[in-house]
Amino acid sequence: MIESQAMIERRLFSPLGWTLFTIIVVLGLTMPLLHVFVPEGSTFHVSAYTLTLVGKILCYAAVALAMDMVWGYAGILSLGHGLFFALGGYAFGMYLMRQIGRDGQYQSALPDFMVFLDWKELPWYWAGTDSFLWALVLVVAVPGIVAYVFGWFAFRSRIKGVYFSIITQALTFAAMLLFFRNDTGFGGNNGFTDFKRILGFPIAAAETRAVLFALTVAYVAGILVFCRWLTQSKFGRVLAAIRDAESRTMFVGYDPLPYKLGVWTLSAVLCGIAGALYVPQVGIINPSEMSPANSIEIAIWTAIGGRGTLIGPLLGAGIVNGAKSWFTVSFPDLWLYVLGALFVISTLFLPRGVMGLLGKTPWGKKA
Amino acid sequence: MYKFLKWFLFWCVLWLSLPARAALDPALLAPFAGDDSAAKADAVTALANTPDPLVDALYKALSEDSLFTLPDGQVIVFDGEKYIDAATGGALTTEPEAPESVIVNNVVRGALESAVALRGLAAADPAARLAAADALKERADPSFLPALEAALEKETDAAVKEALSRTTALLQLVSPDKAVKLAAIERLSVSRDRNIREALAPLAEAETDSELKAAFKTALDAIDFRLSVANFFTNVFSGLSLGSILLLAALGLAITFGLMGIINMAHGEMLMLGAYSTYVVQGLFRDYLPGAVDWYPLAALPVAFLVAAGVGAIMERTVIRHLYGRPLETLLATWGLSLILIQAVRSIFGPQNVEVANPVWMSGALDLYGVVLPYNRLVIIGFAFFVLAIVWFALNRTRMGLYVRGVMQNRPMADAIGVPTARVDMMAFALGSGIAGLGGVALSQIGNVGPELGQAYIIDSFMVVVLGGVGQLAGTVVAALGLGEINKFLEPYAGAVLAKIAVLVLIILFIQKRPSGLFALKGRSAES
Repeated sequence: MIESQAMIERRLFSPLGWTLFTIIVVLGLTMPLLHVFVPEGSTFHVSAYTLTLVGKILCYAAVALAMDMVWGYAGILSLGHGLFFALGGYAFGMYLMRQIGRDGQYQSALPDFMVFLDWKELPWYWAGTDSFLWALVLVVAVPGIVAYVFGWFAFRSRIKGVYFSIITQALTFAAMLLFFRNDTGFGGNNGFTDFKRILGFPIAAAETRAVLFALTVAYVAGILVFCRWLTQSKFGRVLAAIRDAESRTMFVGYDPLPYKLGVWTLSAVLCGIAGALYVPQVGIINPSEMSPANSIEIAIWTAIGGRGTLIGPLLGAGIVNGAKSWFTVSFPDLWLYVLGALFVISTLFLPRGVMGLLGKTPWGKKA
Repeated sequence: MYKFLKWFLFWCVLWLSLPARAALDPALLAPFAGDDSAAKADAVTALANTPDPLVDALYKALSEDSLFTLPDGQVIVFDGEKYIDAATGGALTTEPEAPESVIVNNVVRGALESAVALRGLAAADPAARLAAADALKERADPSFLPALEAALEKETDAAVKEALSRTTALLQLVSPDKAVKLAAIERLSVSRDRNIREALAPLAEAETDSELKAAFKTALDAIDFRLSVANFFTNVFSGLSLGSILLLAALGLAITFGLMGIINMAHGEMLMLGAYSTYVVQGLFRDYLPGAVDWYPLAALPVAFLVAAGVGAIMERTVIRHLYGRPLETLLATWGLSLILIQAVRSIFGPQNVEVANPVWMSGALDLYGVVLPYNRLVIIGFAFFVLAIVWFALNRTRMGLYVRGVMQNRPMADAIGVPTARVDMMAFALGSGIAGLGGVALSQIGNVGPELGQAYIIDSFMVVVLGGVGQLAGTVVAALGLGEINKFLEPYAGAVLAKIAVLVLIILFIQKRPSGLFALKGRSAES
């Protein structure tokens, strides 16, 4: 850490890094154009399946990036990030459910599952969800507030390491049980699905899909730059100090609480927005997104890619989910072996992930 | 038309049976030829008070599906060799044409059972009388009252007397005689049966006489009190049972996580391996030792221990050994191992749950003053404390345990004085895994055995160990039993799912206050 503060603040990425970044973003933004404007049958046409799959993986990549912020830069391993992702998804899903209007199976103004439960009116927490803006507020606020409150309790009493991980796992498990109940008012184990419209546009139309995809690309690129900036700022450097030696950082006069709480809440919000982008593209959200297994998988995306590199987790999410969609189609019985082996191999032999294999990070500094 | 036919049949029966000098009232037999099962049930009940062996023959035929009707409405019994007339007992002279079986549905069967029971009260064998009296507890027709009172008068056996007096008292509740009624209420007030409470409540509501009303209220209060006491102890017992299950699931983890500090996410799969070992042993017993199949769980214990301990030892040697001191990495690696184990079991045994049956000696339940204690739960509570004793003994009274504790407290020092630390690590991890295997045998007796069995227990197990305080057996025990009790006492108010969520939230809040668990180790070293 001999490099001077000035050197780091001078640039976010090396020239090569910026070039790669721009190329990838442009490629990413071309995909939806190819989907809409190139006719089917052409070699250059991007199918709806591909677009949805890549869009989904991009959302996961954003989650992995958010995970890297807390795990890689603050040393906090969360096994509950699936919860924040799902909360953002559910918050936006409420809006999508309201957009169905009376086109549901029961032609009621209420979502179908409420009609099925014989409910007469919307529960109070559904109030205002027909407004797109309010839905956006919820997407940010719900994961943010849950993370803030939980984090405040946990970090204040200096719970860390494994204990923190296990408690986050219990948290997402408890939330999953809660959302599985029909009476909770979020569709029970079926969750939300059968969406019809978003902002009045049909959700299955090629143009809608393309716009959602482009937004996802922009979102991932945006948070990558933002997180890079944040980790290079003073905030990020204090965070790294807390990660490496919390007691020492306290003794030189920094209170770790606002730093940890800040990055923790930020990470949850990033996950929530990723969830909100995920739901309209994939078309379903249900409580299994909150299962502890899903959250642990997020950790493995980050670990495979390389913790504390920001780019690495994006790669990791891509590699693991790409492999998953190939294996679950071609060799469904083998997937769990492969995933299990990935967990073992990456921890035993790749402590710095794929980025460690590459040796150098694209911006020319070690991770 | 139908009504006319019925009348016609009725008169036919009458006309046919008159010349045969009817021993049974043909009007009572007529419903058996019809389709109205309520009428059939009434007829069965009405016949119960007729002291004629023909009635017994009719009941026997009904229960064996050998009662028939002829197109002319005559009711006949097939006694295995020949057809006889149900009303007279006379054998039929000609082979009947197209006899139609009388259909016995649940309504008729219920009436039949209580009617047979009423007649069974005259049996010489006290056990048979007790069975009859017990059957009448479930259901007794008001018309049985005189017969019941007479039987009660004659009865000498205490248990039969008790059962009979209860049934009699229930029927006497609607008696016009106030003294009889008061005595009946008095008699029932010592009950602890929810059914009796439900029978009393509407009568108490409708009662106008103030003295009787007061008697009803006293009786209801007494029953309510007894019910709530029984309910309380049932909750205590269910909590203890759940607690012992949590204890069994968590004991192995108390060694691997609590003592050794390994975040063993594959712990649940060790439970699963134990349960599958039980399944395999059960299959072997069925194939090769069918006579001793009831004792297969005992044979499964060492097998499950060795299988889980073996897998644990291999895991420790190949993977975990390289990750000491890196707890978060251990967590991910053992999670990966758990996925591999789940998929391996799925490949070998299939993705469906397998069937593990309770042996006979573990089925059934003990009824202790209204608190029902199923034998399998009792056995598991006992087993949990047995395993606890083994763990305690292994850790505190053996050289191996001394090594384990020494290595965990100060590894370099233990190494320096010649303790083979690597082997101790392996043995300790194998022991913890083996204990989990033993827990798996118990879990196989109370729940589904499937590849995902371990996943259901992993979070609970970690909660127990974290709550109890790492490295503390006593803490693990208190945490497991405490969580079990809290869960079961919250359940009636919040429902099972909300109770579980509430418990998880309570644990999260509790750990804020006591980050190192209920029983924290006292030490001077600052946290790293």
